[in-house]
Parts: sequence; structure tokens; C-alpha cells
Amino acid sequence: MNNASNVNRGKFREAAVKVMFLAAACISIIAVALICVFIFANGLPAIKEIGLKEFLLGQKWKPNADIYGIFPMIIGSLYVTAGAIVIGVPVGILMAVFMARFCPQKLYKLLKPFVELLAGIPSVVYGFLGLQLLVPLIHGLFPEQPSGSGVLAASIMLGIMILPTIINVSESAIKAVPDNYYEGSLALGATHERSVFFAVLPAAKSGVLASVILGVGRAIGETMAVVWVAGNAPIVPDSILSSVRTLTSNVVMEMGYSTGLHREALIGTAVVLFVFILIINLSFSAIKRGGKKQ
Amino acid sequence: MNYKMEINNVNLFYDKFQALKDVTIPIAEKQITAFIGPSGCGKSTLLKSLNRMNDLIEGCLIKGKMLLDGEDIYGGMNVDILRKRVGMVFQKPNPFSMSIYDNIAYGPRTHGIRSKAALDEIVEKSLKNAAIWNETKDRLKKSALGMSGGQQQRLCIARALSVSPEVILMDEPTSALDPISTGKIEELMSELKKEYTVIIVTHNMQQATRISDTTAFFLLGEMVEHNVTREIFSNPKEKRTEDYITGRFG
Ligand SMILES: Nc1ncnc2c1ncn2[C@@H]1O[C@H](COP(=O)(O)OP(=O)(O)OP(=O)(O)O)[C@@H](O)[C@H]1O
Ligand SMILES: [Mg+2]
Repeated sequence: MNNASNVNRGKFREAAVKVMFLAAACISIIAVALICVFIFANGLPAIKEIGLKEFLLGQKWKPNADIYGIFPMIIGSLYVTAGAIVIGVPVGILMAVFMARFCPQKLYKLLKPFVELLAGIPSVVYGFLGLQLLVPLIHGLFPEQPSGSGVLAASIMLGIMILPTIINVSESAIKAVPDNYYEGSLALGATHERSVFFAVLPAAKSGVLASVILGVGRAIGETMAVVWVAGNAPIVPDSILSSVRTLTSNVVMEMGYSTGLHREALIGTAVVLFVFILIINLSFSAIKRGGKKQ
Repeated sequence: MNYKMEINNVNLFYDKFQALKDVTIPIAEKQITAFIGPSGCGKSTLLKSLNRMNDLIEGCLIKGKMLLDGEDIYGGMNVDILRKRVGMVFQKPNPFSMSIYDNIAYGPRTHGIRSKAALDEIVEKSLKNAAIWNETKDRLKKSALGMSGGQQQRLCIARALSVSPEVILMDEPTSALDPISTGKIEELMSELKKEYTVIIVTHNMQQATRISDTTAFFLLGEMVEHNVTREIFSNPKEKRTEDYITGRFG
């Protein structure tokens, strides 16, 4: 009797937990679906009205004259993201290798919370620091430029912001490599350094690549920090010091006062951004699957 | 008889625990020496200390002498050079996550060989000596992780051969393999002893009788008996050896 009621209670609890998980899963699916429906429903008509080609490849963004070409912003996003990769990826991977295989225990205990803190700092704070420190610094180095803000400042800013993602994900990938790769290399007479970089790191490559893609996703979607240091002129940048506007900055700067087609064109910008992120996430899961197959 | 390596009165401690007790074994050149004994008796421990892989283990302390060609391997010998001269094949095949070619070229590259022609030659020769050339020659650029376990282990033997070692240590190299792959590797070992000194740890006593010239029997960190393999198995001097090989314990 007692036993049977226990079993029943267990079953009930199991069912309740199942429902809870299901509800949680549904909420996230519904959220994504709603976002999709909303931005596509509001963005696509504008893209249609402007013309897909004019919208994506148009060189001019002049809302006053009803000219909406986001080509400069697409290029701007690509430039600063590429810049962030050039700066953040090598530093991040080297840091991850250091923390996983070279760092003395004591230093590690200091370094790890620091990296985690880096991940937790709100992006406005980064932006503020960038404006106060980075922009004057760059201006000091290149005084002939009108200002220090632009592609370089935004790239450095984003390069630093993607560091924690790259470091944490790469570090755990490197730590997950079984010791027998390392030992196999040592047994051939290789040094610690060579063994880590040429036997362990290649075995972690899918995890490291995943960290880079996550970092790229973060860089492309970042807004607040970029707005502060990029200069934001809607032009195709002609040098690394030139002012630049990204897709996200475009939306966030003008959304507040826009109306009509202007507003819809901004939502269209978000559609393009959404497609970018989608591509990045798809390649991320493709790599994860590829890594598992090995 | 020429001794390639000598293990003289070696005591080994993992912190307080003594894993090897006053072990002395001379290792004859170009012969196969087998280490047998029940689990936990210190076979792997001894093998790993012959190429100083024990250096990685914190708290591992070694007393006594181990000599390679009369030179103390724990006294001032460069450990990377030692490991080049004394190669190792692990229990679990551990090819690197790269192509078959790069797996074999890894060692020579480590030791400064850059020329493509020289590397090609080493790769071919090593794979041939490990009896796996025919299976790999058309897929050298493919990942080594796509091979079967038996092939991977022969690849690892080829990798060990690639740096022209003098001694090859093998820790239960066939324990993860099927009988056919095991047979191939045993055949290979009789070939290898023409050029190399081989030390093998095995749990398989038939394997020890089939391939080894001398056998050392270990028990609880002690080397109980070392003799010509035929003698050990047909006419053991020690009661404990006899008990073990007749299957009374272990
Ligand atoms: N890293 C280590 N730290 C502490 N003790 C260890 C370590 N490695 C091995 N030992 C101990 O040393 C003893 C010998 O271990 P070893 O691995 O050499 O045995 P083995 O003869 O190879 O056994 P098996 O046949 O199971 O492989 C065991 O009691 C083991 O628990
Ligand atoms: Mg062992």
C-alpha cells in the first residue's frame, strides 16, 4: 500500500518535471518564432518597396531623401568583425593554450576569475572605456585624422570583447584532449611546447573553431560598445582609421525617431543581421557535428 | 652478451607507496624482453621509467641506476634525446589527430628534418617496417583516426620507428586488438628485433612464449625471476613464478 503510493508519487513527480521542461523548451521556441515573424513581417515589405538590390547594394543611406542602401553598413559590420578576429583570435587562442597547459596553478587561480569578469562587464562600460582611452590613444598616434574613432578602434574594442568567449571555449576544448596525444608526442622526443602546439592543439581544433565562431557571433551582434567608438558615418570605410557604421549601430541610432519607410528599412536592416547570425549559428552546429563524427 | 640497457637496484616510490623494490634486470641488445606479472605489480611503472615518462607524475621518486649504453639516463642525459633513442608504443593506440603522413613525419620534423624528399622516404620506410604500407599508401593524406584499431596500433609502431630509436618499449600493445591484428603485430616484432631492442609488457603468457627471448616475472613491485623465456615457462626456479604461470593466482 505504502509502496504503491510511493511509486505513484514518483510517477507524478516525473510527469510534472517533464511538463516543466517541455514548457521551458516551448517558451524558447515561441520566442524565436515570434522574433522571426515580427522582423520578417515588418522588414520584408520595406525591402520589397526599396528593391532588394537597391537595399543590399545601395551605397547611400539618406533617410531624408528616402534613399536606403545598407551596403556601407554590411561592409562596416564585416570590416569590424574581421578586425576583431585578427586581433582577438590569436590572442584568445594563445591565452587559452597558456591557461590550459602552461599556467602555474597559482597564477591560474588569479587569471580565471579575471577572464570571467571580462565576460561579465556590460558592453556600455566597454564602450565608455573605449571612448575615454582607446579613441584618444588612436588619435594621438594618428593626429592628422579628424578623430580616433573608426574601424581600428571598433576592431580593438570588439577584439577585446570576444576574448572571454574564445578563451573559455578553447580552453575547455584543449583541456578535454586526452593525455595520450600529449604523451605520444613526448615519447617521440618532442618538447612540452611542441607537444602542446602540434599534437594537443590540432586535436582540439573543432572546439577552437567553435569558439571563434561564437566570438564572431558576439562581434557581429554587439552594438552599444561599437556605437561609442566607431564614428558611425554611413560610408564604406576607405582605411582602417575611417569612420564606420555597422548594421547594429544603424538600427539602434535611428530607431528612436524614425517613422514610416525609414522605420521599416531599419527593421529590414535587422532582417539582414538576423540572416547573418543564422548563418553563423548553422556553421557552428555543422562544426560541432563534424567534431563529434571524428 | 651485450647489454643495451641495465636496470640496477631500482627502487621507485609514488609519494610514500613503493611501486618497485630493488629491481635489477639487464636488457640484452636486439632481443625481446617480456615483463609479465599480475595487475598492479609495477610492469608499466618500470617501462615508463626507462624513457622517463614518469617525470610527468608528481611525487614519483626513483632511486638506483638505469643505464643506456652504460650512460645513466637520470644523470644529465637530455630527456628529449633519451626519448628519441628509447621509443614507446602505448597500450591504447594513440595516433595524432592529423593525416597518416603527418603522424609519421611528426617525429622526424621534431628532430629538424624539413626536406620533403627525406620525409617521404622516412614515412615510406617506417610504414613498410611496421607492415602497414600496403594498407596506407593510397590514403596517406587521410586522417589517421579513420583507421581500425589494429591499423592504428601498427601506425603507432611506425611512428615510433620514424625517429630511428634504438630501444622500443611496448606496454600491452595488443591488449585492445583482435586476434588477427595481434598476430600481425607479433610477426612484426620478430622482424623488429633484427634492428631494435624491444621490451614488451604483456598479460598474455602465450604471447610472451611466442615472441620473447627472455622474460622477467614481477610480483608486488619485486622482480621475482628473470631468465630465458623457455626456462621460465618450462622450468621456473621460484615457487611464486610457477604458481603464476600455472594460473594459481593473478
Ligand atoms: N601515478 C601513480 N600514482 C600513484 N600510484 C601509482 C601511479 N601509477 C601506478 N601506481 C601504483 O603503482 C603500482 C604499479 O602500477 P603499474 O601501473 O606499474 O602496474 P602494472 O603492473 O602495469 O599493472 P597492469 O597490469 O594492471 O597494467 C600499482 O599499485 C598502482 O596503483
Ligand atoms: Mg600496466
